[in-house]
Amino acid sequence: MDSGPARREIVIPGELLGGRNVKPGRGTFAEREEVFSSLLGIRTERYGRVGVIRLSGRYMPYPDDLVIGIITDRGPSHWLVNIKAPYPAALHPAETPWRIDFGDTGRYLEIGDTIIANVLTVDEIKHIELTMQDMDSRRLTGGQLVDISPSKVARLIGARGSMIAMLMDFTRCRLLVGQNGRAWIDGEPKDMAVVSRAVEMIEERAHMMGLTESVRAFLETEYGMRAGPRPR
Amino acid sequence: MEDVEHIEKKMKLIDENGLRLDGRKPEDMRPIRMEVGVLKRADGSAYIEWGGNKVLAAVYGPREAHPRHLQDPTKALVQCRYNMAPFSVTERKRPGPDRRSVEISKVISEAFDSVVFSEQFPRASVDIFIEILQADAGTRCAGLTAASIALADAGIPMRDLVASCAVGKIDGVVCLDLRKEEDNYGDADMPVAMIPRTGEVLLLQMDGHLTLDEFDKAFGMVKDAIGGIYEMQKDALRKRYAVTAEEFSDLPEQAPPERRAPPEREAPPEMPPEDGEVPQ
Repeated sequence: MDSGPARREIVIPGELLGGRNVKPGRGTFAEREEVFSSLLGIRTERYGRVGVIRLSGRYMPYPDDLVIGIITDRGPSHWLVNIKAPYPAALHPAETPWRIDFGDTGRYLEIGDTIIANVLTVDEIKHIELTMQDMDSRRLTGGQLVDISPSKVARLIGARGSMIAMLMDFTRCRLLVGQNGRAWIDGEPKDMAVVSRAVEMIEERAHMMGLTESVRAFLETEYGMRAGPRPR
Repeated sequence: MEDVEHIEKKMKLIDENGLRLDGRKPEDMRPIRMEVGVLKRADGSAYIEWGGNKVLAAVYGPREAHPRHLQDPTKALVQCRYNMAPFSVTERKRPGPDRRSVEISKVISEAFDSVVFSEQFPRASVDIFIEILQADAGTRCAGLTAASIALADAGIPMRDLVASCAVGKIDGVVCLDLRKEEDNYGDADMPVAMIPRTGEVLLLQMDGHLTLDEFDKAFGMVKDAIGGIYEMQKDALRKRYAVTAEEFSDLPEQAPPERRAPPEREAPPEMPPEDGEVPQ
């Protein structure tokens, strides 16, 4: 991602991050005018505000996140979607691209279907609503899903999409990554196997430097120096 | 079976040099080794070996609390299950919760409830599982210490790690971190859990009797010990997450070995193509 020092500063819950001179950001808390980390993660500081980027943990949804969800329940005018958050997310017919009559939800999405959607809202008691109004939102057919921990999604995407572009160039698979730590791959079975192994590799080495190079080396051992046109 | 209640306390727990059964001084702890992230399926996990204790801790969540009537719309539940394996003690332990493990589960849940920022996860629950694989006195302290780093590994927001250690009295001497014989034939045992940063006490139980002076001495000893355990916890977490550049260069350039056979499909999948083309 960024080319910082070889070792990043890891902070542990309860670790002191700063005194009066800093403001508490995400992943921190203030106590007696001092700022402490509440998470296990990497310390960041920007404009006098310290934060902690977490290195582990479940997916917590934020509005506008692109997620890959699996339908777990269906009612006459809603669906419940598993997006790997602590809570199921609701999807209402008004937020889909289709015109759905009451009680007719099953014609469009059934339990077990996989969708791409965006998080519409998350309220203070963590009721999550999804929307499929976005251009890219749709039901996914074919392909396979791979899980990655949500804190490592950024590494799978890479700086300005470099990692994902490289994977697509080499394997000629279609690849979609949700912020919630699910990736969808579609292509030839042997290529999909390569992608899922590369994802496993990223999962294990996400916090290390030179990740892109080692993934590239792995892909070159599989395919040689191939970089053809990417399928759209 | 021996009638433990009526055995005379003739076991000598401290020798003439003031050393204990295993050669420790009163203020010495048993050796501790901890490792974070040992289980793949759990959100967070840790394993600890503390003298003869072997304890595995796993954390799941935050996840939806079940049964639903237990959900709290303002905060997450912190639920703990302490369980001893049947083979963890000399005489087979009857499996399942008993009076003792239900109590320990309760006090550990309450200790963690006061450090976890549970209000960030309304309606959810954070589930902690502590499995005692081998017991040698002080298992609740070992379990708490392991569960604390497993919670950090699971990415649960907390005010601080929780560290814990026991202190007791054997042959009239206040000693740190009792082992099984010392616990069984000693005069008192007092497990303590604290927030090391602030010195807040999260758990304090006592079996036996201590005078006020002995208590003060014991508490001072255990507080120092907890400071040391806290450092070990931090080291274990850093070791799991920080991999230096040189360690990285020692790793093979290849991808991890293939864990499963690539999916084989005999028949073409019966799924309509994306853009509505009809396959020929």
